[in-house]
This record gives sequence, structure tokens and C-alpha cells, in this order.
Amino acid sequence: MVQNIIEVRNLSKSFDISSKEPGLKGTIKHFFRRQTKSIKVIKDISFEIKEGEIVGFLGANGAGKTTILKMLCGLIYPSEGSISVSGYLPFRRKENFLKNITLIMGQKQQLIWDLPPIESFYLNASIYDLDKFEAKKRIKKLSEMLEIDEELFIPVRKLSLGQRMKSELLAALMHEPNILFLDEPTLGLDINAQRNLRKFLQKYNKETNATICLTSHYMKDITSLCKRVICVQEGAISYDGKLDLLLKRLSPVKEILIVCRSEDDAIKLENFGFTVKNKIKNEITIKIENDSITSSLKTILNNFDIEDLFINEPPIDEIIGKILIKKNYDF
Amino acid sequence: MISNFINRKIFTLFKVQYSNMLEYRVEIALWAISGIIPFFMLNIWTNNNLNESINISDIMLSRYFLCAFFVRQFSVVWVVFSFEEDSLMGKVSPYLIQPLNPFFRYFAQHLAEQITRFPFALIIAFFFFIFNPESIWFPNLGILLLSIISTFLSFLIQFLIQSIVACLCFWTEKASSIERLLFIPTLFLSGLLAPVVSFPAYVKSWIYLTPFPYLIDFPANLLSGNETNISGGLSMQILWIFLLFPLFKKIWSEGTKKYTAMGS
Repeated sequence: MVQNIIEVRNLSKSFDISSKEPGLKGTIKHFFRRQTKSIKVIKDISFEIKEGEIVGFLGANGAGKTTILKMLCGLIYPSEGSISVSGYLPFRRKENFLKNITLIMGQKQQLIWDLPPIESFYLNASIYDLDKFEAKKRIKKLSEMLEIDEELFIPVRKLSLGQRMKSELLAALMHEPNILFLDEPTLGLDINAQRNLRKFLQKYNKETNATICLTSHYMKDITSLCKRVICVQEGAISYDGKLDLLLKRLSPVKEILIVCRSEDDAIKLENFGFTVKNKIKNEITIKIENDSITSSLKTILNNFDIEDLFINEPPIDEIIGKILIKKNYDF
Repeated sequence: MISNFINRKIFTLFKVQYSNMLEYRVEIALWAISGIIPFFMLNIWTNNNLNESINISDIMLSRYFLCAFFVRQFSVVWVVFSFEEDSLMGKVSPYLIQPLNPFFRYFAQHLAEQITRFPFALIIAFFFFIFNPESIWFPNLGILLLSIISTFLSFLIQFLIQSIVACLCFWTEKASSIERLLFIPTLFLSGLLAPVVSFPAYVKSWIYLTPFPYLIDFPANLLSGNETNISGGLSMQILWIFLLFPLFKKIWSEGTKKYTAMGS
């Protein structure tokens, strides 16, 4: 049986935030009497993640996804509740725990800006107690997987964003962590670089059975990497389960464009009892629930003279977008 | 285990930071030149014959200020500014989840910068001796060694003080403003502007209880050959390190609990 590697129970996080009224009066008031209020950004969440799983965290900006990742990797201290990652309390930042994890934040870099990435890699090797031989072996392996070579010897400031991101990834994975926390790892990358990064992560997960927690606003990252997603809305978990199931729930109907032989057939079909989205001459678009799609298509084909038929899947961005736009999406 | 830690982590960190510092050699040369305050002070002292009141000869005074310049070059600390910037920009986050306290990075950065500064400081000293040939002297090996140790201890004290202030970034975003409060006593009480021996008796009665005279005055007097209590000075430096280190550890451990990882 696959073990839980991450266990989160009733986790909450509050931040003290100061607020200021606009204008000079507000500024003076703020200077003498600063008003702070405590905002609960994560509200009593619980979940488990199994070893080797890739889990996507979905949610609008400010929903709390990154805060959850930061607590899981021990960067910030939780206000309430408990977290266990690989058997450790993350915020204690024990050496063995830190050697097991990595956090990659899109656009935030750990590489030394004025030196070639290779210098940062050797530095990381010594920080993680890797000997030079092992470090060289890992750099070679990872650079091949990431398809970077000459870039290792060029100062970081002269690398493109994609090359830099790959180098960041190499630096973050040199110690072969078992758990990867990825916060918007493809942010700012072009389509090819995004695809390569996704391929790399899939390969890394397959080869090392690493657990990956990922946040991304690029739906392709989520759909191609994650079987399971956790939706975060205003600091609370609104959905935790399979991505397929979520998509079915969010998009329970399919649109079918039917091209009839004649306009008369289209009119008959319009009055047959289906939910019609629109009708233009002999073309009619109807909405059918996913569960009854086979039987409905059978009925249409048996009763009408059909020239052509197209089933349109709504774009995944649009479907997921629903939970990002609507504050309290009811699952 | 400790030697392995120093060998592997700190030495590699130092090597990498030294390579990094060499990228900024012109900037470092300018910083070295900008540290010539002691020479201005020497000029003020000798032109006004102020040294007569404290029974220090012109030669000893010029040696003192040259040594003050050297001690300052190798004990100057700016960790609070680096940490504050890194903290506000979210750069501290990746360092915090590595099995090495981020302050070791800053520590190595300072050491690397000192080594980069060294040749520039020597050139400045060379010019100083050209204009003041009567001040040329060679300290004996033992004194030189003790002066290096004492300068390093002075650096450690300043590094710890600034690191403690830097940790206040976890509570207030602008910890460097607090450091500016410390800049005034450091400037006036450390011996950078005047040897502490020249201070009024009532100031001297309490000034030696603070860490400030051990930052510049003590190592500079030691190196220049002026009369000084060597064992007392070194003991006080070590005592301050022992007092400041646990304070730093405590404030670091409490501060990281407050860290919000903003900017990342």
C-alpha cells in the first residue's frame, strides 16, 4: 500500500495586515495609530498526499495556494493545525527534511546572477553534502534531461528566461529531492519551453517516484501532469479529487453541432425537445448531458436525415476558469 | 564533522563568493578608497596639534590612523542591507529551505569581499607611506598575528550586531533604519575618528564596557604598536562574541517563525 507522504490536519494561517485610509488625513492617522487586522488566509484545511502522486493546486489569485505550499515546505509557520511531510514538521527545517524537498518558484531565483550556473550547482552540491564526483554525475544527467549544455558556463544574467528556468530547476533538483513543491514553474516560459518542462517533470516523477505539488495558472500544466487536483477558494478546500471527475462536474453538458440535409429537418429537430443553443439555416447546435449522450445521438440518427455531426468539448481553460472566477463555486 | 562543514560548505561558499566579488573589482576598489576617513582625521589631528594633549607623537598617531584604516577595511559589515533587500525581494526564501543558515552566505560574501579589497588597501597604504615615509614600520610577527586575530574578532562582533539587527526584518520591513542608530556610536566610539585614549575621563569610564572600542581602537592600537592591554582587549572581544551569538540564535529562531515570505 502506498504511504501518505504529506498529511495536513486542520491547518490555518493568519497574517497581520495593516490598512491605511486614502489621503493626507489617512496618512497622518496611519503614522500615529497604525491599524492592523488579522486576516485568515488559510482556513482549517485537511488533506493527504501519497508518495509519488502529482497533485495540482487550483485557485484564483490570492486563494491561498502558494501559502499552502510555503507551509508544506517549512518556509512559513502555520497559525493552527498540524503538517507532517515525510514524517517531519516542516517549519522546524531539520537538515534531513530539507535534503528531501525542494521549492521552485517561477521567476524567483537562487542562482548567483553574475556567475555561470555551474558555480551555483557546485555550491549547492556542497550545501547538500554531495561529493564532486556525484555532483558532476548528477549535473550531467539532469542537464541531458533538461537539454542544457553550453548554458551551464554562461553567466546567469545573460541567459534567456527559459534557459534560466531550466538552470533553476537543475539547481533545485541536484540533491534528488523526494518531494517537489512547484509554484508556477512555467511562468513566463514560451510554449515549447513549457512543454519541455512538463515532459521533464513527468520523467522525473516516473524515474524517482517523487511526489510533486504544483500550482499553475496554465491549465496545460495541470492537465498533463496531475491526475488529482485540490481546489482552493478563499483559503478553504472546495474540491479534492480526480481531475476527470472535476471536469465532468464543471462541464456536465456537451455541445453538438448537427448539419441537417434540409432546413425542414433542422426545424423538426429544433422542436424535438433538445436544449437548443442556436440554429442557423440547416445547422443546429444542441446541448446534451454527458450521461445521455449515446442514447440522444442514437435518437437523432434514427429520426433525422443528418449530413454531418460535430461534438465540441468546451476548452479546459474555460471550465477551470469557472472556479477561478466564481468566488464560492458550488461543487 | 565541524571541519568537514568548514571544508566543504564554507570553503566552497567562500570560493564561489570570491569569484562573484571579482566580477565587482572596480566597485570594490572604489569602496576601499571611500574608507579613507581615518586619513582625513589624521590631517585634522596633526594640523591642529591635537595629539600633544594626549601624549601621542605625530608618527604614532599617523600609524594609528593607518591601522584604523586597515582594521576598518577588514571589518566593515553591510549584512543588514543585503539581508533586508533579499528579504523584501523574496530572495531569502530559497536559502531558507536549504540545509545551511543563510547568514553563512553573507558571512562568506564579506570574507570574499575583504580578500578582494586587500590589494587595493595595500596600494593605498603604499601611497600613504610615500607621503609619510617617517611612519614606515614593520610590526613583529607575533603582533601582526594578534592584530589579524583581533581584526577578525572585530569583524565577528560587527557581523553579529548587524545580523541581530537584520533579523528585525522579520518584524519590521526596514531594519536598516535601526542600524543607522548604531552607526553614530560606532563612528564616534570605535576610534575611527579619534583614539579612545583622547576621550574625556568620564567617557572612558564607561566606553570600555561597550563593544565599540574593540571594533577599531583596540586592533588599531595593537597593530600600530601603541600601548594597549592585549589580553584584556582580546578577552573583551571574545566575551562580546559569546554574548551576541546566543542572542542572534534566539532572535533568528523567533524571527523565522514570523517570516511571511513576501515577494515570493
